[in-house]
Amino acid sequence: MKLSPDETVFWEHGFITINMTLVMTWAIMLTLVLASWLVTRNLKTDIHISRWQCILETLVTTINNQIRDIGLPCPEKYIGYIGTLFLFIATSNSCIIFPFYEPPTGSLSTTTALALSVFLAVPIFGISENGIRNYLKSYLKPSVIMMPFHLISEFTRTLALAVRLFGNIMSGEMIVGILLSITPLIFPIVMKALGLLVGMVQAYIFSVLATVYITAAVQEAKHEE
Amino acid sequence: MEINGFIVAAQIINFLILVWLLKKFLYKPILKAVEEREKKIVARLKEAEAIKAEAEKEQAEFIQKNEAFEQEKQALMSAFTTETNEKRQQLLEEARHDAEVLRDNLKAVLAEAQESLSREIRQKAQEEIFAIARKVFTELASTELEEQAVAAFIRKINSLSGEEKEQFNALFKENCQPVKVHSAFLLNEKQQTEIVNAVSQITGIRPQCHFETSPHLVSGIELIANGHKIDWSIDEYLHSLQSAITETIKAKPEADKDAEE
Repeated sequence: MKLSPDETVFWEHGFITINMTLVMTWAIMLTLVLASWLVTRNLKTDIHISRWQCILETLVTTINNQIRDIGLPCPEKYIGYIGTLFLFIATSNSCIIFPFYEPPTGSLSTTTALALSVFLAVPIFGISENGIRNYLKSYLKPSVIMMPFHLISEFTRTLALAVRLFGNIMSGEMIVGILLSITPLIFPIVMKALGLLVGMVQAYIFSVLATVYITAAVQEAKHEE
Repeated sequence: MEINGFIVAAQIINFLILVWLLKKFLYKPILKAVEEREKKIVARLKEAEAIKAEAEKEQAEFIQKNEAFEQEKQALMSAFTTETNEKRQQLLEEARHDAEVLRDNLKAVLAEAQESLSREIRQKAQEEIFAIARKVFTELASTELEEQAVAAFIRKINSLSGEEKEQFNALFKENCQPVKVHSAFLLNEKQQTEIVNAVSQITGIRPQCHFETSPHLVSGIELIANGHKIDWSIDEYLHSLQSAITETIKAKPEADKDAEE
């Protein structure tokens, strides 16, 4: 039984490995970009628009509103990063309905990469918003003693992000695999449906938590001012 | 279950590329389109607000005009009603007045017609009575009556007042034409002489008299000298009687009218 798409390797040369995770990631990237390009190449600004444009507009404005609701007053600055996080994870998790597909989020390398990107994005956004001094000052609040705890919290929450996503998706896949070997009829489908739901929830949780961390970095520094 | 460093790095690069591509192909165009639409909507809303404001203004103006028109209409209506009532009253007054005038005229015409009729009847009766009287007197004329008539004529000449005598004298002397004496009957010598004597007593000259018979004189005699006439006849009495009766008849309706009032 495969626990991760990393185990399916297509090509290898030294440390460079082309496995199922990368291939599926590229496929998802291609799908997302191609769909976006197809819809946005002839956008209309009047009242009557195509259904695809309507879907994308709803999606983008919903993400925007969510970011604003969480506490970032200028969501346009963050939608590129947070929106992509959500769309990538949601797409990779919802494509499990296709046969022979393995979600790249089921790979700990992918979830680690995403968690690392969040780990890096938080200080980047914080510094860009408030300057390096104000951002670093926030680690010394309420006192210097708290600094190690702040640093530990940064690492642990990043680790939690990576492991939570990987665990949920991998376990979902694993349960379906196990059930297929035990009860090959009907029940795996129910589990797939549950997996879809879990996948969407995880995508939402991941992106919301990333937003919360970024908001905290931006707002804390603001409070310092 | 192990973390591959190359895959992690590749996935980070993949993810960043995806971020950049989606920013370019998804978020920016979509947000721009939404923003443009919102701008359009805002512009349209503003336009609609302006139109609404204009419409409300126009509505207010219209309502104001309508009210003004209504007031004007009411004022005109009330003025017209008043004028109409006044006119009606005036017309009624005029009609009443005209009716009164007509009634008065009718009354007057009726009274006049009545009067005329009664006058005509009276006149007719009077004429008939006098015609009968004359006929009777004419038929009853006799020598004795003629002599009495001549005697009465002479008495009349003699009883002339001084002024009348002078007037007669003056006229007689102004033009010495023969004196005409008309009588209903043929006068005999004696009667003619008595008359000539009576005239010569007034004038002091014996006048030349020309005697003629005139059947229209009812048992009467008349003397005409230069347009001046002295006469006596029963006809004269009848005439004076007729005048008196006529006066009485004329006086009677006026007395009736006074009594009515």
